[in-house]
Amino acid sequence: MILRLLQRLAILLISLAVSSVIVFAFMAVLPGDPARVALGVNATDSSVAEMRREFGLDRSPVAQYLSWVTGLVTLDPGNSYVSSTAIGPQLSDRLQVTLWLVVAAMALAVVVAIPVGTVMAVRHRQVSGLALSAVSQLGVAIPAFLAGILLITVFAVNLGWLPANGWTPPADDPVMFLKQLVLPVLSLGLVQAAVLTRYVRSAVLDVLREDYLRTARAKGLTPMRALVRHGLRNAAVPVVTVLGLQLATLLIGAVVVERVFVIPGLGSLLLDSVSQRDLIMVQDVVMILVVAVLVVNFVVDLLYLLIDPRLRVGAR
Amino acid sequence: MSAAGTRARGRGRGDAGDVLVVQGLDVTVREQMLVEDVTFTVRSGERVGLIGESGSGKSLTALALMGLLPEGLTATGSVRVDGVRHDLVGADERAMSRVRGRDIAMVFQEPMTALNPTMRVGDQVAEAMLIHRTRPNRKAAHSAAVELLEQVGLPDPPDTARAYPHQLSGGQRQRVVLALALANDPALLVCDEPTTALDVTVQAFVLDLIVQGVLDRRAAMVFITHDLAVVATVCERVMVMYGGRIVEAGPVQAVFTRPRHRYTQGLLGASDLAVVDDRGRLATIPGSVPAAGRFPAGCVFRNRCAHATALCETRPPWTATGNDAGFACHHPADAADAAPTSASEGRQR
Repeated sequence: MILRLLQRLAILLISLAVSSVIVFAFMAVLPGDPARVALGVNATDSSVAEMRREFGLDRSPVAQYLSWVTGLVTLDPGNSYVSSTAIGPQLSDRLQVTLWLVVAAMALAVVVAIPVGTVMAVRHRQVSGLALSAVSQLGVAIPAFLAGILLITVFAVNLGWLPANGWTPPADDPVMFLKQLVLPVLSLGLVQAAVLTRYVRSAVLDVLREDYLRTARAKGLTPMRALVRHGLRNAAVPVVTVLGLQLATLLIGAVVVERVFVIPGLGSLLLDSVSQRDLIMVQDVVMILVVAVLVVNFVVDLLYLLIDPRLRVGAR
Repeated sequence: MSAAGTRARGRGRGDAGDVLVVQGLDVTVREQMLVEDVTFTVRSGERVGLIGESGSGKSLTALALMGLLPEGLTATGSVRVDGVRHDLVGADERAMSRVRGRDIAMVFQEPMTALNPTMRVGDQVAEAMLIHRTRPNRKAAHSAAVELLEQVGLPDPPDTARAYPHQLSGGQRQRVVLALALANDPALLVCDEPTTALDVTVQAFVLDLIVQGVLDRRAAMVFITHDLAVVATVCERVMVMYGGRIVEAGPVQAVFTRPRHRYTQGLLGASDLAVVDDRGRLATIPGSVPAAGRFPAGCVFRNRCAHATALCETRPPWTATGNDAGFACHHPADAADAAPTSASEGRQR
């Protein structure tokens, strides 16, 4: 058990190291000198050289890589090339906003998908199950940004129930925060719920055919109780895999939805930084997304161990 | 039947009376007959074997008794169990869930997949008692589970109770399934080929445990198998199934030494390893079991039977040869010293 944990942890650390090299190298080989880009076309060679010295761009790539990684690990990533402001606080502010969005959307997806998917599986031969299947199929086909625009049109423009866009930190005005959160979370979450529902359905269908569910009924459990007590945990393994992938998709997908709803999240920061040629900021945002995805995968691995004793406990 | 509503449990169970009465049981799927007009009675403490080739309807009969037929299959007829006031055929899930695991329990064929892989085996056994509230609380159910695991001969029962199924061998898992089935002292234990998937070396051991468990509880048993030797050691009475019908029934001794139905005769001949033809090959029944619904009309065995005549195109009546004994064949073996075949008025229906 401990060995497996350490093994997973080692895989996480190695992936982090390798991906940081890739992100750094990718940014480094992009054409254009960040200092010249930041200072503009009219900058003199001497001012460019001065800036290169100031930001350490004159050092060897290895030294630059090490100082970048050290900055990230010590949570002090230095200053932006463009605005000369500290990057750290901006990143943490933006990350919080995106996390609210992504976690709420994922929670919505789980809360909708698990019961609906289970009902779809149990009633897969009945009209109600087929109808739910059709609805979820439709949900899968709709991209999040389109769902966002539709939701804005209906609930903000036509009905005027909710604000169309904007962001208020929860500490400033909790009610406004929640109101502004509803539409972006719905547009991100419902699409993911539709996808997840289909995976829950097929996982539960597989479990329904298992012998141990028949044993559970032979013991005296009704079909529904047998499914809840013996089936769902077994169905959880494939579902958790998909959940991990979806969380990663959501982090990236939030970029677009943040744009639609004018939300100052990580995605907006990434797009702004790209348009301003703020390369160090782009590099940091990309790295944060990579770290998030890798950590999610690590957590999924741990969940497998928790759910399935066959992975955890060896033969006696 | 005992007095309505009272459950004869455990050692207080009387010797008299019928534990299971099955009458005219049919199992159909979309107009297709899979099990047809199965009628039999199991008395208290009696061990009855149900034999036949694969596809003869044995397992479906067992599942129909439990009300656990796969989706799409329907049972009609009547199945009554001592201590249960309603007919099990057509009973709703809630009513059946109170009967299953308490009045009738079942041991399945495949021990490798019969247990929940994510739950400790002790908890799975204890759950059977908690569902029916035959133990007052979780703790009592758990210690009873450990005791049951000991009864089925598992080593270090408290430790085994904490094991997950994948940590146990097939034989050990089947013993857990048996412990689970016996947990509430059922009046009837249905075993569907419980030793077929097991290593030959543990088969005899598990069989002993099953018989011992049933004897200890004075429970009745329906034992399904295609292994005639197993029936001979375990059961007192045997029913031979073919094509979804019971074609012959009677005491094990009588049926195995003097089979009347030509199918039973073929089955016994095929299992006799001492009999070989002139080319040194073992005897077989010609042809193979038809797919469900492809059995001939009249006598279901006539397309594989050397004795079949035009008469066999009509369904052979049941010829009773004694209490719970008889056969359904137009041209029975040993007809000379048996009761006349036309005397079908004693048919047990």
